[in-house]
Amino acid sequence: MNRQFKEAVIERLLLCSSLLSVFTTAAIIFILLSESLGFFKEVSIVDFLTDTQWTPLFTQKHYGILPLLCGTLLTTLVALLVAVPLGLVSAVYLSEYATGRVRNYIKPLMEVLAAVPTVVYGYFALLFVTPLLKKFIPGLSGFNALSAGFVMGVMIIPLVSSLSEDAMHAVPMGLREGAYALGSHKIQVAFRIVFPAALSGITAATILAVSRAIGETMIVAIAAGQQPNLTFNPLVPVETITAYIVQISLGDTPHGTLEYSTIFVCGLTLFLLTFVLNVVSFKLKRRFQEIYE
Amino acid sequence: MEPPKVFEIENLSSFYGAKQVLKKVSLPIYEKSVTSLMGPSGCGKSTLIRCLNRMNDLVGNFRMEGKILYKSKDLFSKDVDVTNLRREIGMVFQKPNPFPKSIYENIAYGLKIQGISNREYLDGVVEESLERAALWEEVKDRLRESALSLSGGQQQRLCIARALAVKPRVILFDEPCSALDPIATAKIEELITELKQNYTIAIVTHNTAQAARVSDHTAFLFLGDMIEFGTTAKMFTVPKDKRTEEYLTGKFG
Repeated sequence: MNRQFKEAVIERLLLCSSLLSVFTTAAIIFILLSESLGFFKEVSIVDFLTDTQWTPLFTQKHYGILPLLCGTLLTTLVALLVAVPLGLVSAVYLSEYATGRVRNYIKPLMEVLAAVPTVVYGYFALLFVTPLLKKFIPGLSGFNALSAGFVMGVMIIPLVSSLSEDAMHAVPMGLREGAYALGSHKIQVAFRIVFPAALSGITAATILAVSRAIGETMIVAIAAGQQPNLTFNPLVPVETITAYIVQISLGDTPHGTLEYSTIFVCGLTLFLLTFVLNVVSFKLKRRFQEIYE
Repeated sequence: MEPPKVFEIENLSSFYGAKQVLKKVSLPIYEKSVTSLMGPSGCGKSTLIRCLNRMNDLVGNFRMEGKILYKSKDLFSKDVDVTNLRREIGMVFQKPNPFPKSIYENIAYGLKIQGISNREYLDGVVEESLERAALWEEVKDRLRESALSLSGGQQQRLCIARALAVKPRVILFDEPCSALDPIATAKIEELITELKQNYTIAIVTHNTAQAARVSDHTAFLFLGDMIEFGTTAKMFTVPKDKRTEEYLTGKFG
């Protein structure tokens, strides 16, 4: 075989493997859409979006996505309340205060947090955080949005911190020098110059964190409960979209039924949510790069 | 009569790590006049000017020997508050570095970080500083627009206005025109000549013509040594050192 032929074969093989992932994504979207179309032939889209109950497995069937959406948003909100402040503070520290040596130790250590399997986090929330919180909040249920959200927040701290730190690190040194030359203290440079200058990058990081929290499955399935509840009370059990999908996939709901097709509708909703968020995040990040490159 | 000295640099040597950048440099900087630090790239002129407002403190491996007196006091003594010092000694950088904020906020920043929030006072300072930097007429109707929307020359004058807003006594210019076109450069030079009535000015430049146009005194630096210091008029007509003469006539640099 000559060299050129070999190169051509290699190129084709590489092309095929990259097309494979594009094809998989397209196929997933196609299946979500076609199964959802079947669902919406039987359930009106208005009911789906406005009904306040989600009981596809009961005899009184209701198909309102709101309780699941509410559960998802509630756990996500709790996670963000933990991850955004802590993630940003640690990003400011790493970018503006830490010496190069300290940063080189701390950053990989924090990224270990992201490498812990989510199932471990789930049981950590259920068996450690919930009993601990119960000591302070007597009314807390065994399954609740609070500890699931809290642990999820801890899990995404490295994501927020690392991406925000990248954004702050990319702020040109000249801006810091300009601020110091006017008599700024270090904390003023960090919070009044660098932080706002990196804001679109930081926002992109936060949106990505939201998207990650919305799509997170294991922690909420284990620790938040499986009761679709239209509530913003974090102390009671809720069910997220992802947890519902797990419940049906692992249960004995027969294939091909309307009940079974609900998981595709849920999947589609989830996909649309995270897709929009990821696009927004990507756009913001690009805008940030345009300013400084 | 000799004018009062604002800075007295005495036997200043400086190092980045093991690399020596300045070798026992001594010169005065006189009040309300323009002193240019001239020399080819790598001669240490930027390092020297960055010692004057202690900007080099921010560089981890920077080290210096020798002395700088500012208003007859040791600039590096322990009881000098660096942030106060930098308010007195403003700096304009090589590349215009406006903050990604509005034009107004850029000027007001230096006062706001001192806790000044009186609206009327800030408005007054913003107008006055922009006037002095010869930018007011061009931007008075768009103070709320982003500073990044200005042209390079306007951005640099904005940076000058920003430095003036905190009422400094000294302004350091670190090659302020190297990123600008000739017309913008001419405006900045004109501005520097006007500012020297009220401020003490030091300017770093590799451009001999610029040194000749704007400065009263010139120091010629070469590879970390100060070769020659004197009044600009004298140095440019009868240079004492052969290397100065060669640099001025464009034989190298």
